[in-house]
Amino acid sequence: MKVIIINKEAWAGGLERLYDSFRLFGPVKQDEFHIFKELSKGELPDMNLLNTRLSAKSMVYPQSEKMFEFTLDENRDDHHMLKEIHKDYSPRAVIGIRPCDAKAFLLVKANFDSPEYKDPYWIKSYESTTLVGYACNNPSSTCFCTTAGCGPFHEQGLDLLLVDAWDHYFAKVITEKGENFLAAAGWSSEADSDTACDEIETMRQAAEAKITTRISTDKLKDKNTTELFEAPFWEDVAFACINCGTCTYLCPTCWCFDIQDETFGLSGIRMRNWDSCMYPLFTLHGSGHNPRDTKRQRIRQRFMHKLKYYVDKYEDGIQCVGCGRCISHCPVNIDIRKVCTLMNGFEP
Amino acid sequence: MLAYIDKIKEISNRLLKEGKVDMVIGFRKGTVPMMNEPCFVKTPEDVDNFVWDSNCGINLANYLTNRKEKIGIVAKGCDSRNIVTHVIENKIKRDQLVIIGVPCKGMIDRHKIEAMFETEIQDVIEADDKIIVKGQGLEKTLNKKDVLQDNCALCIHRNPVIHDELVGDPVEEQKDLDRYEDVRKIEFMSPEEKWRYFDDLLSTCIRCYACRNACPLCYCPTCFVDESRPQWVGKSQDPIDTRTFHFLRAYHCAGRCTDCGACERACPMGIKVRTFTRKLEKDCLELFDWEAGLTLEERPPLDTYRPDDPDDFIK
Repeated sequence: MKVIIINKEAWAGGLERLYDSFRLFGPVKQDEFHIFKELSKGELPDMNLLNTRLSAKSMVYPQSEKMFEFTLDENRDDHHMLKEIHKDYSPRAVIGIRPCDAKAFLLVKANFDSPEYKDPYWIKSYESTTLVGYACNNPSSTCFCTTAGCGPFHEQGLDLLLVDAWDHYFAKVITEKGENFLAAAGWSSEADSDTACDEIETMRQAAEAKITTRISTDKLKDKNTTELFEAPFWEDVAFACINCGTCTYLCPTCWCFDIQDETFGLSGIRMRNWDSCMYPLFTLHGSGHNPRDTKRQRIRQRFMHKLKYYVDKYEDGIQCVGCGRCISHCPVNIDIRKVCTLMNGFEP
Repeated sequence: MLAYIDKIKEISNRLLKEGKVDMVIGFRKGTVPMMNEPCFVKTPEDVDNFVWDSNCGINLANYLTNRKEKIGIVAKGCDSRNIVTHVIENKIKRDQLVIIGVPCKGMIDRHKIEAMFETEIQDVIEADDKIIVKGQGLEKTLNKKDVLQDNCALCIHRNPVIHDELVGDPVEEQKDLDRYEDVRKIEFMSPEEKWRYFDDLLSTCIRCYACRNACPLCYCPTCFVDESRPQWVGKSQDPIDTRTFHFLRAYHCAGRCTDCGACERACPMGIKVRTFTRKLEKDCLELFDWEAGLTLEERPPLDTYRPDDPDDFIK
């Protein structure tokens, strides 16, 4: 395993060089929290963060994304024809993404890039992106990644993992993309691999020890779906829910969208926007019938999707990486860890 | 305020035992600091789940809409005003309710407290009028009055305006407050300045609708932003649509909003959404001498007509 040492003094200079070959995105503090933002030349990512308020999913899958444009002007030959909107898929790098958010891309990939379905926007965007991870030396108290198939130093989904070691970063090379990123920055001081890996391993263990909340997911797969669906605890879980979309919009693994046409006079665009299973409109049929017209049904759908349907369908664990955003920011304190415990321990 | 909990449990226990109510709505202990979870209790054995402290900022009137049961509900000043509004607007019947009134000294603002420290807050303890905040290498005592939710700092109806039981002696109401200093500042701005101010205010909105859904007033079967025939508002993050949502929602709450602060508390992005509703609250006070939710005897000004209604705007 190749490990490069980046002295923090060489950080800004390296980033400066990267602007020639990459669009750079990184965490920036806005008001009282961090968000991912495109960095302008000379702007540094703020690496002093727990995690960003919104996940990094929008880096590949924006909340609102234009797909096509069209004209309704019948005097034009191309009226009512959808035309692709040009997008910038030039190389870009997301710096400072936490391992949970990076792992989440692989979960989301199951939906956007499957043998059956290929989402061209997501795939092109994902392929043009280099994910420069940032290991969590100090995870937050709502993190439960270690029992959600991830971890504070987890490498899955990343091209490079930065580990903060006081005056320098260790940059652990994971993919060729990561290697190219380092080359473009001119960071080339190779560490003694064994010593560096030992040091990183010690830090990983220390970080993992700080994660005190755990979930159990071992029994979810064997549960009978219908019995879980009819479980009496949903009434209690759903009571506080106000059916806002906070959990789904902050979640790095929620992928649902809605396609809309918007017209302005005779011209228009087709776009897709994030959607949320918490909203009644999400399932409203054209007939007026709504198969999920109560909040109990909607909140059950969210948790069943993440902790049962996904588990059964993809056989790759739960659709959650344990980032804890939905726990920290749910306005009424609905806690996925509690719900997971109820589901995993449910006996009809 | 911590002392109320024994009384809340005692009353809830009695109401359930005597069969006066089918359920009591209150709060249970949250899983993260400065958060409690609204919950219901249906049996006397479960009343011990209830908690009461300065983290009960969610407005529980929101949980009454169209319910059919007989309900006991724990209500602070603002909750009680929204219960009044709910009764007037036929969202619940007065005789379905046993209102357990809680004289309130204000709820603490988790956004504000989180913003004060660089490190993560792992525990918050409340003692009298002090708030002790703990985290990694952090222990700090704050005065509760310095970290109240903005609406609580400006609240002039801390005592429930309507109640069947009361869990403690009424608290002293705050007097001589200048409640609208910030609104006046915006009123004095030029149209261009206002535009910029609102654009900036809403720039981080993710259209999750937590503000709307935390609000007891927002019970429309289909909100105007969810209408599709016609579709009044676009669903993207276009600032025009975001602005339209917030402006229209605020107007829909005019004369009904009790400034309970649930919207602001709920916002995951920390947007000061009360900026809009408070302007309308101020207008209703100045134009109609009206404060929402104080009486069951009078309908709110915007759904009644009086010959002496102000009409200066007609030129």
